[in-house]
Amino acid sequence: MLIYLPIAEVSVNAFVLLGLGGMVGILSGMFGVGGGFLMTPLLFFIGIPPAVAVATEANQIVASSFSGVLAHFRRKTVDLKMGFVLLIGGLIGAALGVVIFNYLKSLGQVDLLVRLCYVVFLGIVGGLMFIESLNAIRRANKPQTGGPRKRKQRGWVHAMPFKMRFRTSGLYISVIPPILVGVAVGILAAIMGVGGGFIMVPAMIYLLGMPTKVVVGTSLFQIIFVTGFTTLLHATTNYTVDVVLAVLLLIGGVIGAQVGTQIGTRLKAEQLRILLAALVLLVCGKLALDLLLQPSELYSLGAAGGH
Amino acid sequence: MLRWLILPLLLLPTLSLAEEVVLGLSSDEVSITTRFDGDEILIFGAVKRDTPIPDGPPLQVVIAVAGPSEPVTVRRKARRFGIWVNTDTVEVDRAPSYYTVATSAPLEEVLSSTEDLRHKITIDRAIRSVGAPQDIQDAETFTEALIRVREAQQLYQHLEGAVAVDQQTLFRTEIDLPANLTEGAYATRIFLTRGGEVVSSTETAIDVRKVGLERWLYSLSRRQPLIYGLMSLAIAIVAGWGASAAFRLLRER
Repeated sequence: MLIYLPIAEVSVNAFVLLGLGGMVGILSGMFGVGGGFLMTPLLFFIGIPPAVAVATEANQIVASSFSGVLAHFRRKTVDLKMGFVLLIGGLIGAALGVVIFNYLKSLGQVDLLVRLCYVVFLGIVGGLMFIESLNAIRRANKPQTGGPRKRKQRGWVHAMPFKMRFRTSGLYISVIPPILVGVAVGILAAIMGVGGGFIMVPAMIYLLGMPTKVVVGTSLFQIIFVTGFTTLLHATTNYTVDVVLAVLLLIGGVIGAQVGTQIGTRLKAEQLRILLAALVLLVCGKLALDLLLQPSELYSLGAAGGH
Repeated sequence: MLRWLILPLLLLPTLSLAEEVVLGLSSDEVSITTRFDGDEILIFGAVKRDTPIPDGPPLQVVIAVAGPSEPVTVRRKARRFGIWVNTDTVEVDRAPSYYTVATSAPLEEVLSSTEDLRHKITIDRAIRSVGAPQDIQDAETFTEALIRVREAQQLYQHLEGAVAVDQQTLFRTEIDLPANLTEGAYATRIFLTRGGEVVSSTETAIDVRKVGLERWLYSLSRRQPLIYGLMSLAIAIVAGWGASAAFRLLRER
């Protein structure tokens, strides 16, 4: 069933979109990741203009994170104070990201920027995940040697000014590192159309030293507002948010996520992670090849005038 | 004798009236709906004439359908630091978003190049490109690329021999409109030619517009982008929440 997307101005099969949403949803349910970093490149592959893919994906992430954050609020696993500090950084970052995005769009380099960001981040994340899960499998096969590694208690993070007490996380640290983390995630959200959880969650655990149980809820809380803000910025400056596309992806995504959660509980974590890592590297490789190989058509068309 | 002197003078401004087109369209409106995946328009007509069919080369028909013209930026990629990036840019001042030329015989038989130039019939003539940047020597390759890219997208079509002419009087052709159309009035011109010279022409317009939900969403996104953005967020949240609630209900049963 072909459906005409009013903003993307292309005709796409609705079942392909539902299926894509479902597939990425299953993965995100299985691995507990947002899935934006897989969905946006997949949208490029089926012919959605990159600018529309990025903006629409931001819209979809708001919605798919919403029910998640509600569940975390019920379990009281959201550090609101930390969330707000991260959010301040996030909003600044998102605004910066959209400015960069629009500037490069006027230069005709926005596709390159988005693709390059994806190649770099998917490459890093996929590579690290692959090595990590290989090691985990190797460790599981061998008898346990040595005790757990000691975490560094005091680093440069604790030496900064403007300290603040975060009661839910049990932290007393400077507000500068969380704001910087927020800015970085905001920029990524605006340029790549991702929630940024895959950067923020490790940063919160290893950099800020937050307890693992509040990390996911707090990051979801920040992601909702940052991607929501990004959606509005893209909608008002680029007119690239396609609500029909977002809803179709979302419906597939929500159902897929439920199925994925069920599958995830029944499979071995390390093997799952290796699969996800392989998939991330595959998408990264495809994007990299597009940049490295000579395209069959060297010329491309764009609307004139730097809008 | 006097009559023969005056006649050419009389004929001059009304030459095109000796043979006149009576035109029909299967529809003069194309609606882009949610289910739109292209359309086909039948253009047909008859030649009305008061005199018998003239001797000489047979009557030929050229039909040109043009979408709204806009400036277009054409970019060329080149290898920089090992990856392919956009480097050179040429602004084409005016290029139709859609263009189809259908003829009743090979183009060079039905249309002389002077007539083509005068009426701007073929795709090359319909595109206007002046003032490429100084540093780009081969500006015309950008125009060629524009035509090539749009031909690949079925937006520019060259249909030689696609117009059927019957008894030098009736003609018909089918024009394919792809799914990726721009909104606007699509100027449809019909030329009757003999020996490459245009003897008559007529013009009409096919209206292509988004309708219903498509129209509403598109115009809201341009006129009230903030409200559109907020609405997109609200719809997405409700849809996401609803889908997960529905799924939970289904599982609990």
